[in-house]
Amino acid sequence: MTLSRDQVRHVALLARLGLEPGEEDYYAEQLSRILEHIERLQQVDTDAIPPTAQVVEVLPVMREDVPGPCLSQEAALANAPESEGGFFVVRAIQEPDPG
Amino acid sequence: MTDLYALTIGELAPMLRDREISAVELLDAHLQRIEAVDPKVKAYLRLTPDLARAQAADADRRFQAGEAGPLTGIPVAIKDVLCVEGVETTAGSRILAGFKPPYEATAIARLRAAGCVFLGMTNCDEFAMGSSTENSGFYTTHNPWSLDKVPGGSSGGSAAAVAAGEAVFGLGTDTGGSIRQPAALCGVVGMKPTYGRVSRYGLIAFASSLDQIGPFARSVADAALVLSAVAGADPNDSTCFERPLDLSQLEAGVKGMRLGVPKEYFEVAGMEAGVRESVEQALAALQGAGAELVDVTLPHTDYGLAAYYIIAPAEASSNLARFDGVKYGLRAPRTESLLDTYLHTRREGFGAEVRRRIMLGTYALSSGYYDAYYLKAQKVRTLIKRDFDAAFERCDAVVSATSPTVAFEIGAKTGDPLAMYLNDVLTLGGNLAGLPGVSLPCAPAGGLPVGLQVLAPQFREDVALRVARAYEQAGVRAEVASVA
Repeated sequence: MTLSRDQVRHVALLARLGLEPGEEDYYAEQLSRILEHIERLQQVDTDAIPPTAQVVEVLPVMREDVPGPCLSQEAALANAPESEGGFFVVRAIQEPDPG
Repeated sequence: MTDLYALTIGELAPMLRDREISAVELLDAHLQRIEAVDPKVKAYLRLTPDLARAQAADADRRFQAGEAGPLTGIPVAIKDVLCVEGVETTAGSRILAGFKPPYEATAIARLRAAGCVFLGMTNCDEFAMGSSTENSGFYTTHNPWSLDKVPGGSSGGSAAAVAAGEAVFGLGTDTGGSIRQPAALCGVVGMKPTYGRVSRYGLIAFASSLDQIGPFARSVADAALVLSAVAGADPNDSTCFERPLDLSQLEAGVKGMRLGVPKEYFEVAGMEAGVRESVEQALAALQGAGAELVDVTLPHTDYGLAAYYIIAPAEASSNLARFDGVKYGLRAPRTESLLDTYLHTRREGFGAEVRRRIMLGTYALSSGYYDAYYLKAQKVRTLIKRDFDAAFERCDAVVSATSPTVAFEIGAKTGDPLAMYLNDVLTLGGNLAGLPGVSLPCAPAGGLPVGLQVLAPQFREDVALRVARAYEQAGVRAEVASVA
């Protein structure tokens, strides 16, 4: 399995990672080598095997639904690059389709 | 008299209790040691001397008032992925530069309540992704035993700090070996608890089904003490459980215990002869102490790395979506749109390895590839768990090398991600199966530390630590590197 330059560009956009010029080739080569190793998973017969998402038996945890202390608005905003009037400030979300 | 910075918690606690030394003196000894050796080792990203002085003074007050516990006044090094309220915590990443957590990790809060003294935040691979600290967004930590070598990773800063006498103990995190492998390469004791033993609340997440917090120390008893201080259920982490942790049999020895030797773990690619020899000697010493060695098999070992490098990056790609230049950390300047902010912020803020893993994980989870990669890897994870279940029917614990190699030269593997990933081939099975594991020093090879790994069934930290303690008595004990 190899990743093409176009696939790298597509995946990077899905992951919201900007790429520098020339990085498509760099990552295509490296990710392809890693995927080549990962290919060996296909040799394992897993037809009758259930997947494991959580490896330790999880017991239900119950508690009373009681309001408790939580972060103040000020504390929650303290690390924001930009905030105003109790809100996080972001750029306009209307944008052209990146294709 | 031995320098204060070279002593263990077990040695220091009675001295503090009997007022032979004060917590302030112990802190000063460590700050001086850090000043002397950290310019070479670079274990710390940032020190917190003001906080430490206040905590040490408070510890001395507690000793006077008779309110001290076994960890009161003990200086600790904290991996930069564990949130300390009000102290810059960055996960070794430029994207979190300046971030001061508004809340504290549960493990940290427990150490604070126990009266520990926080020396500072230690270097690590960015977001704990790496095996050498070379992926740190800031700088590389040097191995205290040989400064041109890596300390291992990702928790390399905490391991190096403990090895160099720059802290009495440390906290790290282990997702695929990130406590045990640097412990091995730095010649200290490192423990990854069972998944679910220690709360992950306030741990900056890498792979949530694998991450676990644990101690570095210079004795097995110290590691056990720290584990019991941080373990236990937490209302803020529903995957953390209250299960028995009885460490009273730590000194009981291995007489009559069965230790499983998995042949696959001695045949992995890149296993160095010196490492193998040292571990075989350690197994003979355990046999001499009364353990029975039994052959066990972990037949899916060859698939562990592949399964891990789907599951961990997939979870990471989701966890790291939160770094978007909005709520905290870096925001790229002069962007036109929200998409533009995301793309530029994450380009400037993340290093190459983090970007590689985010892309790998995104790809594995993307439409059309999910079944072939992520679901397949989760099924192989089941098989790896079953391998260990079957092994533990024949033995009490599984013993092997921690890392196939000793510490390698800085720069030796940075151009080849897959070669770097192979450092974790003997440790990541423990994460996939959720097992507790200890690494402790056995005989050095070529002058460099070698780690012996002991894996036990889930929630049987007592067994892993008891075996480790038996070897420590019969074999090698951790020492402080002189840092030449």
